[in-house]
Amino acid sequence: MTPNPQLNAHGELIHLLSLEGLSREILHGILDRAEPFTAVAEREVKKVPLLRGKSVFNLFFENSTRTRTTFEIAAKRLSADVINLNINTSSAAKGESLLDTVDNLAAMQADMFVVRHASSGAPYLIARHLAATGREHIHVVNAGDGRHAHPTQGLLDMYTIRHYKKDFTHLTVAVVGDILHSRVARSQLHALATLGVPEIRLVGPKTLLPTAAAQMIPGAPLRVCHDLAEGVRGADVIMMLRLQNERMNGALLPSPQEYFKSWGLTPEKLALAKPDAIVMHPGPMNRGVEIDSAVADGRQAVILPQVTFGIAVRMAVMSMLAGGGTQ
Amino acid sequence: MKIEIRNGRVIDPASQLDRPANVFVADGRIVGVGETAAGFRAEAVLDATGCIVCPGLIDLSARLREPGFEYKATLESEMAAAAAGGVTRLVCPPDTDPPLDEPGLVEMLKHRARQPGFAHVHPMGALTVGLAGQRLTEMAELAEAGCIAFGQANVSIVDTQVLLRAMQYAATFGYSVWLQALDPHLAKNGVAHDGAVSARLGLAGIPVVAETVALATLLQLARETGARLHVRRISSAAGLDLIRAARADGLPVSCDISINHLHLCDEDIGFFDAHTRLDPPLRSAADRDALAAGLADGSIDVLCSDHTPVDDDAKQMPFAEAEAGATGLELLLPLTLKWAADAGVPLATALARITSEPARILGLERGCFKPGVPADLCVFDPAATFTVSRERLKSQGKNTPFLGRELAGEVRYTLIDGHLAYAADRLL
Repeated sequence: MTPNPQLNAHGELIHLLSLEGLSREILHGILDRAEPFTAVAEREVKKVPLLRGKSVFNLFFENSTRTRTTFEIAAKRLSADVINLNINTSSAAKGESLLDTVDNLAAMQADMFVVRHASSGAPYLIARHLAATGREHIHVVNAGDGRHAHPTQGLLDMYTIRHYKKDFTHLTVAVVGDILHSRVARSQLHALATLGVPEIRLVGPKTLLPTAAAQMIPGAPLRVCHDLAEGVRGADVIMMLRLQNERMNGALLPSPQEYFKSWGLTPEKLALAKPDAIVMHPGPMNRGVEIDSAVADGRQAVILPQVTFGIAVRMAVMSMLAGGGTQ
Repeated sequence: MKIEIRNGRVIDPASQLDRPANVFVADGRIVGVGETAAGFRAEAVLDATGCIVCPGLIDLSARLREPGFEYKATLESEMAAAAAGGVTRLVCPPDTDPPLDEPGLVEMLKHRARQPGFAHVHPMGALTVGLAGQRLTEMAELAEAGCIAFGQANVSIVDTQVLLRAMQYAATFGYSVWLQALDPHLAKNGVAHDGAVSARLGLAGIPVVAETVALATLLQLARETGARLHVRRISSAAGLDLIRAARADGLPVSCDISINHLHLCDEDIGFFDAHTRLDPPLRSAADRDALAAGLADGSIDVLCSDHTPVDDDAKQMPFAEAEAGATGLELLLPLTLKWAADAGVPLATALARITSEPARILGLERGCFKPGVPADLCVFDPAATFTVSRERLKSQGKNTPFLGRELAGEVRYTLIDGHLAYAADRLL
């Protein structure tokens, strides 16, 4: 088996490319480290000097204002210099290859690349290239690659679950929606399985689930449900996924209305879950498509805390990678 | 020039010969295999002690990249690779730029390839103009120019009426049609086998039904038109079952697989290794095992390299964007030997899949040691091991999932028309 390129020879994290292959200790270590950072945001001076003098390049080959902003805030709160690049409107449009772009930016003394790319695996290519050219001191953080992974989102989701539920090892978690196209879901599933969740339900229509859904994470306790009521019954955590507009009318789904009718989380459906179940969503939400406003704004929703925790988790990841030691 | 290849173990799958013997070559032809040849006075002797002497390998699919893709490979670089790999005859698929859809292009390629020490090149003619799947090519003209069969490389004909007509027209002249079974709609946007690995990695899947649906269509149309069908690069156990059933039903269909699909599966994608981006995609371990069994029992006629040199720029891309294909001319022999050793297949049977069987598909009396046939042969040391590396590969394409692997089976000499095309121990 190929060695996991995000770990060094001592098993320490040098890049964050995926949550696959990260141990329970590493995952909890990141969440532990994020805890004190949640307090930083409440201080008058919202900054710590952990990344002072470091340059963080936000390399967004695919547009995403929201994710880019959260990384930018996290880096700035760590006192790093942040350079934002929207590559799909610059070099790539001029025909420059991905690795040429990386080489050019690396030559500008970057310490960290935060990469968003439309192609699954692109951050691996970058990390491998940096290693092959003797620049493994530049850290790569995957900010979402194709359908493959969105590890910081997965981590902030785990932070949220741990915050509200404390222990993972007795939970029933339902992941609902477009799992086939979702990098968020893949990161969640790896982390949930590693953290010891005993039952993970994949809930959605057959057109939005991988053919091999039940086997998609080796060793994970996955259960495929094609019925939302069955999927959320008795659940402790319900993780909704965003349905992309372009998938709503076509060969995958007939209409957003019909989707909502079968898969939209309404107060009635939510009532089937445990009374203290929490409802999560990575945002941005389609109200009335995957989630009813009464649920999105209800007392069980933890969607806004997720956003707040996201900054702390990204600070934790960046400071662990580039802040020197203390893993 | 009279050459004696001395003290080797001679394996000629066509005549089921496997014994220590000498091979005698005169005027570019095989004149005898045995202890001595009456009145033969060798002008040169090649020592084959410890080596196997077999007919030169015949590769049913090797892209030479000329014309049009000279930045990926040239005739010179790939002919050097062929000779170093013991390949003395090869079929070049028509997906050049422009595609091989005009007699002039085919004549040019044949002319360029007709050089001492170069493998015999059989261009495959395009079945439709520009491989676009709309208009038939001038097949009779192309055949006259030297096309041995007609096909579409990896491009599917979407319009099944055109496919039917193309097969009818080819059958009119008795030309063989070589097609890959892939439904372009079911495979749309896909880059990897639709299974647990692609689900985990978030790679768009190509389901097995993309192969079986297209294959069912091809088999029905072959039955309907009487066209001689060769299915290239089957990839799945279910596809193999369809071929077996059609044959049991009396349809004279043949098929091949590539060295990559014989040894690898989707798990070898690892962390998005673009070298494993192939067309068709690497399928599951169970599919791979079924293909290996099919090759052993003869359900699959031929093993080919599916040699596709790709430049580094086109491979150093995210998996889905990387160009599909792997270099293979120099790996065909060692990977055949590895399969024979791993699966316990007799060496003569294994070598038949890369010598006498492809010759049979081509309808040529080649790939054998019958006296009088051109002396195309390969002398290799089955025990000598080497590590696959960029430096060692003579092909301009350094792209293969086998980089870094240690393989057994080193070619010592390659003779083409009795001409020493390659010798491991000397510079030519």
